[in-house]
Amino acid sequence: MDLTFSAEDLAFRDEVRTWLRANVPAEPLPSLETETGFAAHRQWEKTLHAAGFSVVSWPVEFGGRDVSLVQWLLFEEEYYAAGAPGRVGQNGIFLLAPTLFEHGTAEQRERFLPRMASGEDVWAQAWSEPEAGSDLAGIRSRARRVPGGWRLSGQKTWSSRAAFADWAFGLFRSDPDAERHRGLTYFLFPLDAAGVTVRPIGRIDGKPAFAEIFLNDVFVPDSDVLGEVGEGWRVAMSTTGSERGLSLRSPGRFLAAAQRLVESWNGAAQLQDRVVDAWIGASAYRLATFETVTKVLAGSPVGPESSMNKVFWSELDIALHEAAMDLLGPDAELTAGSPAAPDGGAWPDGYLFALAGPIYAGTNEIQRNVIAERVLGLPREPR
Amino acid sequence: MRFTRTTEQQDMAEALRALFDAGDGAAIARSWAAGDAAPWRRVWAQLGEMGLCGVAVPERFGGLGLGPVELVTCLEELGRAGLPGPCVESIAVVPALLADTAAAERWLPGIASGNAVGTATFTEHVPRALDADAADAVFQCDGERATVAERPDAVAQHSIDPARRLWTIESAGEPVPGAQVAEAFDLGALGCAAQLLGIGQRLLDMSTRYVQERHQFGRPVGRFQAVKHHLANVAVRLEFARPLVHGACLAEPRHRSRDISAAKIAASDAAYFAGRIALQVHGAIGYTAEHDLHLWSTKATALHAAWGTTTWHRRRVAAALAAGETAPVGA
Ligand SMILES: Cc1cc2nc3c(=O)[nH]c(=O)nc-3n(C[C@H](O)[C@H](O)[C@H](O)COP(=O)(O)OP(=O)(O)OC[C@H]3O[C@@H](n4cnc5c(N)ncnc54)[C@H](O)[C@@H]3O)c2cc1C
Repeated sequence: MDLTFSAEDLAFRDEVRTWLRANVPAEPLPSLETETGFAAHRQWEKTLHAAGFSVVSWPVEFGGRDVSLVQWLLFEEEYYAAGAPGRVGQNGIFLLAPTLFEHGTAEQRERFLPRMASGEDVWAQAWSEPEAGSDLAGIRSRARRVPGGWRLSGQKTWSSRAAFADWAFGLFRSDPDAERHRGLTYFLFPLDAAGVTVRPIGRIDGKPAFAEIFLNDVFVPDSDVLGEVGEGWRVAMSTTGSERGLSLRSPGRFLAAAQRLVESWNGAAQLQDRVVDAWIGASAYRLATFETVTKVLAGSPVGPESSMNKVFWSELDIALHEAAMDLLGPDAELTAGSPAAPDGGAWPDGYLFALAGPIYAGTNEIQRNVIAERVLGLPREPR
Repeated sequence: MRFTRTTEQQDMAEALRALFDAGDGAAIARSWAAGDAAPWRRVWAQLGEMGLCGVAVPERFGGLGLGPVELVTCLEELGRAGLPGPCVESIAVVPALLADTAAAERWLPGIASGNAVGTATFTEHVPRALDADAADAVFQCDGERATVAERPDAVAQHSIDPARRLWTIESAGEPVPGAQVAEAFDLGALGCAAQLLGIGQRLLDMSTRYVQERHQFGRPVGRFQAVKHHLANVAVRLEFARPLVHGACLAEPRHRSRDISAAKIAASDAAYFAGRIALQVHGAIGYTAEHDLHLWSTKATALHAAWGTTTWHRRRVAAALAAGETAPVGA
């Protein structure tokens, strides 16, 4: 066991640090959940891409740098430590791309990955439906076979940033007679296709990028089916592993937040224990991620342990933000745009975002079921 | 960068687990608590033969001379097995205390072979010597000074853990020049954290097994979500305490104390929580002295406050953070 980085790792980290120092916008960009903020963030994706830092762990041919998982983690740590903008391309880059690498055709990879890496195409995840949240296999949106492709109909909801995104990926019921988890197919579709209507929904913080997607006989060619027809559930499950586990919630984000918390706290006796525990939690998450990376590099897949990660990081994020809100006292309610808001209102903004952590990516109740059944081996729920 | 155990470290853990699985940790703890040290001595002698009593003792004194990762690996397994006695004291603390002293020659070969057992007190955090009646070498540490103490002959204090006898040491004997008191204390806290991890894991294992065997309402209670979620919470806490204990082993010297404190807090809290939940999911049977559960759960409670309370360790981490030492654990 050791935690020493190789000379190449450290050289890469220095390169990243230097570039970020010179290029991260001095003023924070407006929120990526708003129209102007979305555009500004798309521009930032292009800047990152031009410098070769958009998708560092991908193969070079798709716009990446083919760095090791360890270097990718170091990149993320530097990224958050530098206070760089949130990634508007994250659904595509972190959720869809791993699935494209695993299940996509060569043609699909060539068509979608480079445009995703450069920010030309921003992707939305269209999984949830009004009647299918935790019970995702209960989706009703249909796919009907037609010559050369499929016609999609139905309604998706809670799709993050779909109001401004270009493409979406989602599951549709392609065989109405098959048993729940079968007969589903994974489709990729443009959000400006004929028959698609996107209706923005204001989130708890009022930002409008959340959306419902209505599909009315939308034509999708066979070339936009991801994986085998009828195998959508299996294909999709490889994506949820990435969402809960390794990629999306990189430890760098929590380390940077813990660091900011320590700075706001300033050593006073007030709230000392909560600040300490949040910092310890961020350290624990980082070390656990290195452990996972070590296992992945040795050839083991990321299994149901990703559910443990999900519960841990989402609760850590809330604890961290609640501590910060308590430290701010009466200023805690001042959001961005208030001249007196400490830190430009970053804490209450982050707090509202943190509150969603135990809900999205599979609620923590569902994750606890997975941990109990698949990690501890307890008897399964009746389903 | 390789953040999992090496094959050798894994083999060591497995060898120990096999040794304990073949024996009966609960029976040893019960006999030890009743004052019969013979079964414990037999296991200790076996550990000595395997070299594990001297895992952290330099080779020139007959030990294996291995590092903190191996030390922690051993103590985690001893915790899991529920082995009573001054394990942390003899395997981690005394070797660190004496490492660079002239007294090493006198004590460490016996301790490494398992023929002798050591224990120690530290003013403020470890006021009483654990199982001093069974120890061949008792040390009293105060500030930067350590002295060889007389074995006590007064009566022992009884711990909440029936297998811990605590002795007040009154007479300070001959000094031990060059003793590393601060290092020894930190290693005690780290060793205690490792032992707690093993205890917590065992409590979770016992609970997981029990809720599958116990039926109510015509089904195993482990099928109920309220029970499942309790145990999932325990699993998550333990899962994220373990890397802190291992990370503290790899810490740079300047962050070592801080990282050991972080590890002790996380392991203590996780094991204590595992004990509380274990009791809850066992129902009344877990609340009896007849059931073995309490041998682990009361030890988790006792160790929660041993080697520095979590409140004290949080203050120590806070002081480091306030002084700008914010690099993550293990850095
Ligand atoms: C900020 C945010 C962003 C999101 N982004 C996206 C996105 O981009 N794309 C997308 O497709 N979806 C997205 N979602 C939706 C998200 O995936 C769902 O909200 C989530 O899966 C839960 O579904 P639900 O909201 O219908 O809750 P429900 O399933 O109705 O659950 C309600 C409550 O019941 C509990 N519950 C349900 N079933 C069980 C059970 N079996 N055992 C115990 N408790 C149970 C839940 O845990 C929850 O507490 C987003 C959600 C949020 C909040």
